[in-house]
Amino acid sequence: MAAIEIQGLEKVYRTGFFSHKLKRGLMPLTLSVEEGEVFGCLGPNGAGKTTTLKLLLGLVFPTSGTATILGRPLGDIEVKRHIGYLPEQPYFYDHLTAVELLDYYARLSGVDARERKRKVERALSRVGMSDAARTQLRKFSKGMLQRVGIAQAIVHDPKLLLLDEPMSGLDPIGRREVRDLVQQLNEEGKTVFFSTHILSDAETLCDRVAVLNKGELKGVGVVADLLREKLGEVEVVFSGAQAVAELSSLGALCHATGDVVRALLPERSLEPVLAALRKNQARLISVTPVQATLEDYFLERVGDESPTKPNEVKA
Amino acid sequence: MTGRLWAIAYNTFREAVRDRVLYNLVLFALLIVGASIIFGQVSIEINRIVLINLGLTAISLFGIVIAIFIGIGLVSKEIDKKTLYTVLAARPVRRREFIAGKFLGLVMTLTVNALLMSVGFFAAVLYVSHGLGRGDLQLVTAIYFILLEFVLITALALLFSTFSTPVFSSIFAFAIFAIGSFAEDLRSFASMATGAAHLVISTAAYMVPNFAALNVVSQVAHGTPVEPKLILLNSLYVLVYTAAVLTASVWIFERRNLK
Amino acid sequence: MTTVRAQTTYALLLALLLGASTLLVRQIDQVRGDTVLQEMLYIPSPKVVKRLSLGYSGLLADVYWTRVVQYFGEKHKAQSKHYLILEPLLEMTTELDPKLLPAYHFGSVFLAQKPPEGAGDPQAAARLVEKGIRENPGAWRLYYDLGYIYWLELKDPARAADAFERGSQVPGALPWMHVMAAALKAHAGETETAIYMWTNILKTTEDKNLKANAISRLRCLRVDTEVKLLQDRVEVFMQKSGHKPASWQELISAGLLRGAPKDPAGKAYQLADGRVQVAQPDLFPFITRGLPPGEEAGDLPTEKGFKPVKIK
Repeated sequence: MAAIEIQGLEKVYRTGFFSHKLKRGLMPLTLSVEEGEVFGCLGPNGAGKTTTLKLLLGLVFPTSGTATILGRPLGDIEVKRHIGYLPEQPYFYDHLTAVELLDYYARLSGVDARERKRKVERALSRVGMSDAARTQLRKFSKGMLQRVGIAQAIVHDPKLLLLDEPMSGLDPIGRREVRDLVQQLNEEGKTVFFSTHILSDAETLCDRVAVLNKGELKGVGVVADLLREKLGEVEVVFSGAQAVAELSSLGALCHATGDVVRALLPERSLEPVLAALRKNQARLISVTPVQATLEDYFLERVGDESPTKPNEVKA
Repeated sequence: MTGRLWAIAYNTFREAVRDRVLYNLVLFALLIVGASIIFGQVSIEINRIVLINLGLTAISLFGIVIAIFIGIGLVSKEIDKKTLYTVLAARPVRRREFIAGKFLGLVMTLTVNALLMSVGFFAAVLYVSHGLGRGDLQLVTAIYFILLEFVLITALALLFSTFSTPVFSSIFAFAIFAIGSFAEDLRSFASMATGAAHLVISTAAYMVPNFAALNVVSQVAHGTPVEPKLILLNSLYVLVYTAAVLTASVWIFERRNLK
Repeated sequence: MTTVRAQTTYALLLALLLGASTLLVRQIDQVRGDTVLQEMLYIPSPKVVKRLSLGYSGLLADVYWTRVVQYFGEKHKAQSKHYLILEPLLEMTTELDPKLLPAYHFGSVFLAQKPPEGAGDPQAAARLVEKGIRENPGAWRLYYDLGYIYWLELKDPARAADAFERGSQVPGALPWMHVMAAALKAHAGETETAIYMWTNILKTTEDKNLKANAISRLRCLRVDTEVKLLQDRVEVFMQKSGHKPASWQELISAGLLRGAPKDPAGKAYQLADGRVQVAQPDLFPFITRGLPPGEEAGDLPTEKGFKPVKIK
């Protein structure tokens, strides 16, 4: 079953109280997210990622189109027990301590009183906040708030997680921890849908990605497939500038820094190149297959459209 | 549903209690109660009259200020700071439950408020009158009416904050309190007008919250008892009017896009 | 998104609740009744209130002025004999806004006139108007208010003449002020002078209540005039026939009248034991003639001198 099924979901805003000018937050979007997958929503700022999440969560109402979450239509209240949400740059009731906050949220989500305490503590330890559990939130750093945010999203053990920029505000160690956590949660069978503009995170975590720009869906694909596309190139690093001439004639692109040369060549040319290196008595340092990155796919989809111009629509 | 309602109400109450601004205002009010004992030192009867007038007016005005500022914070601040998103988005909480819970939480806060200030007030009355008499029962009525004022203005502050920024919401709330305090005169004025003006002013005069009828301070200061019928009518009125205001709030809030 | 059903429910509920609240407000207003105005008696000093009004005294004056009119209207409608709070209300109004001329005009008449047409306190009225004159030296109309009080209520035509004279000298004053001063000094016909004064007041004033009052005064003066005329004819009849007429018919047959006389209210004048009377004295609160025997004369002096005449 699809965890999320979006059909033609659209959001059009009026730019001002009296103006007739319309702005498209999201063009009709059709997308589905399967249960148990980790789905990444990529795009620059203003692409419509947050709008999509808000439409799904009922914070904002669609101009047209429908969607279902875990099989239930938009607006269904009970299905929310099974959803966890982390907003972008979250802000919580700072007069509460971490424990009080999570207890409050768990209560609202309908977690049974007997289980609440245990679940709260478990959530806090999973995000590494057990020590600061009884400190008031107003004293927390941005990174700590982000962790608390993730904790409140998982405390009630939801089946589906919707995370808006979950890595923001975290240092590299923190980001690594969140990546690991997402993977763990996925292994537990949870579906994770997150939006980000950091492509390397998506690359490591996601099963599938969608690319959005200026409110429009530019492409959807399985990550493994996308990365495989660019396979077929190899990078050879060696020392011995004398071999450059022959390698270039074989079709390799060479870049020399002093005596160390980096050569890019198609995979089928690897054998002749290695032979040429031996012949020229160059010293081989490394041979590495070139992996495509998500960035390539992304840039290709987004193209040369400038992401900084507002996506206005003539009404 | 009641579980969630209570959770939201209690959270609101807890937030208000941990807000230090609240304590400052309560303290201020009590100071005025104390000060009025000194002001009235002219004669014994005047003493009591001044204490009651000044004391109850202070409790009323400071309470209104508190009610407005916390009331505005109920929704405006939550939207501003986005604390509301995690509550509404990923929890089985209906928007109307949210509004109702918030309102209840604030009414709880203000009741505790009023009680605290009354304790100080009655202590002062006790000191000045050297004992409590039958006339002091009327003081309880006056305080009850003041509490009704709080409930009314809170609902209105909540209404304004569902669609307006914190700054404008406070302005509207203070303005409507001022106008409502002259509601009876507005109705007199309406009865003297003719034609279209009569219709417009009358509508306004009846729709405006009737704060005028909730102010029995000078009456009580001079020992004139409050008619029991008025107590019943005012209670009913606040109940009905508050329900209307909350209905409007829920209506607006449920339609609002939370960008 | 809220369903259409939910929204209709909200709309209906809102309408219902607001309707209920309006009904409750009407009930509350009834119960509150005089309470608001009773509070006037507690206020220690208008000057204190003025200071507390923080610069909004003009607005507050308007509020109190509304209360003046409301209070008077209610009491007058109920034909009340007590207007206890009228003076404090007017004092407060004029303290908050000393230039609110309508308040002085209103107060001059309705403080002075006897109940139920007023508070019956001409001294208070005079004080109010004199305060108004001090604060508004250019308001010539206040002088005729003062003149009226001295002449008709305090029975001091000399002071009254003086007031009209002073007023006539204020720039912008209408000529009739001077005429009034002269008439009073010359002890001209009282009824005619009064008719002249009230007619001019009626022309000059814009206040609904004052207009109504002037009209009532004029009607009563017409009654006074008519009753005198009729009484004279009755005297003639009595001299001629030697007995008191039992009905108007006798006078008509005698050629002294053309038809049965009717008062301004449309009711026939009555003849009782040779005296001309109005059918319903209540309709004419200011008449001095045509009242049933035993009722004291009104405040209008007769031609014969300035002594009230008791009609037996």
